[in-house]
Amino acid sequence: MPRDWTRQPAARAPAYRSSSMRSPEHARISMPATPTENIGPVFTRDSLGPLDHDLIVNHARPGQTAMGARLIVHGRLLDQTGRGVPGALIEVWQANASGRYRHKRDGYLAPLDPDFGGCGRVITDQNGAYMFRTIMPAPYPWPNGGNDWRPAHIHFSVFGQCFAQRLVTQMYFEGDPLIARCPIVNAVPDQDAIARLIAQPDMEATVPMDARAYRFDIVLRGRRASYFENRPEGI
Amino acid sequence: MSDDLHETASQTAGPYVHIGCMPNACGITGVFAEDLGAQMLQAETPGQRIAIEGVIFDGDGAPLTDAVVEIWQADEQGRYTTRSAAFSGWGRAAADAETGRWRFETIKPGAVPCPDGTVMVPHITVWIIARGINIGLHTRMYFPEDYDMQAHDPVLARVQPTGRLHTLIAEPGPDATYNFNIYLQGPKETVFFDV
Ligand SMILES: [Fe+3]
Repeated sequence: MPRDWTRQPAARAPAYRSSSMRSPEHARISMPATPTENIGPVFTRDSLGPLDHDLIVNHARPGQTAMGARLIVHGRLLDQTGRGVPGALIEVWQANASGRYRHKRDGYLAPLDPDFGGCGRVITDQNGAYMFRTIMPAPYPWPNGGNDWRPAHIHFSVFGQCFAQRLVTQMYFEGDPLIARCPIVNAVPDQDAIARLIAQPDMEATVPMDARAYRFDIVLRGRRASYFENRPEGI
Repeated sequence: MSDDLHETASQTAGPYVHIGCMPNACGITGVFAEDLGAQMLQAETPGQRIAIEGVIFDGDGAPLTDAVVEIWQADEQGRYTTRSAAFSGWGRAAADAETGRWRFETIKPGAVPCPDGTVMVPHITVWIIARGINIGLHTRMYFPEDYDMQAHDPVLARVQPTGRLHTLIAEPGPDATYNFNIYLQGPKETVFFDV
């Protein structure tokens, strides 16, 4: 399906200063969907480790757990027709409970947590469902307008069943007053599209006395039916 | 069609994309055994070994030192062999933190037949994400030695006027290395596709 550009961020969003010098000035050239875009890399569960989806322990010292409010983040990966996308790789990364990234370029004064790395990955099940265990990331300051603070967020990188579906996005948390003030969020021109980036609390999935849960569904582009129904394995 | 869901909006990968996509490359070791896509070739991978490298430049001519680049390509026979242990066709590299240079060691893809009977000239899809890029940029790299065939390629035919076609053709270097610099803005701006 052609991409709906009215719900996607413009390449150049002046309030997000980094986009000024990094946004192409020419229009993208449209092209037919070819086998190159209609097929995509396949990842299998054997390429993942058993703790890859558990950010609470996957970088923790033995017997330790990451600092912060324990969370389950889960949802379904769907295509535009509403079908679950099975077997798809989802990668996440985030700041720690203080808002600090484990990255040499992050100069925020908030402390690192020795037991938190900030990366996770999972492969969707046969219904397109996924689940991570992590901690609540904190908002953090960033050099943009002088006093900009990112809302708490988790970065997502998503593969679908074809390379045209490749998506990178960010998940926010319901009720965060920084969402409406964020130039990166507001690069998205459509309020409904923004609302769908905000995960909702999911009391059903909460683990009592252990972890709150948030639900975040992700929709990838649909594909032309002929390819979807009869997926070529190398044309 | 009206019942269709909307595609989730893209957001920038930000400056710390390596934490999630290539943690070992940015010093977070011991979580994932290896960074996915870091190695495309196996000893048994058939095909002509090549390397592709380049730098992504912003509108000021500064290299992007925080980008992640993915490539996606057919095998030497022009097939997408996604489940093949010998060659998956997908790779991922981080721009060097100082120079911005990224590099892949791969094979030259074959020409790719399309269902409508046309044939696409050998090409490699290049997809880039970074801070300041709100939605990942798709381009294609073509090979200078295939110049004669490129006039008949169904995708290259879309690039009109043709004055920007050269931005999609790599430059040959020594030792089967192709240089493919990407320019986000300016007179040399690379062609990007709405796939
Ligand atoms: Fe972030």
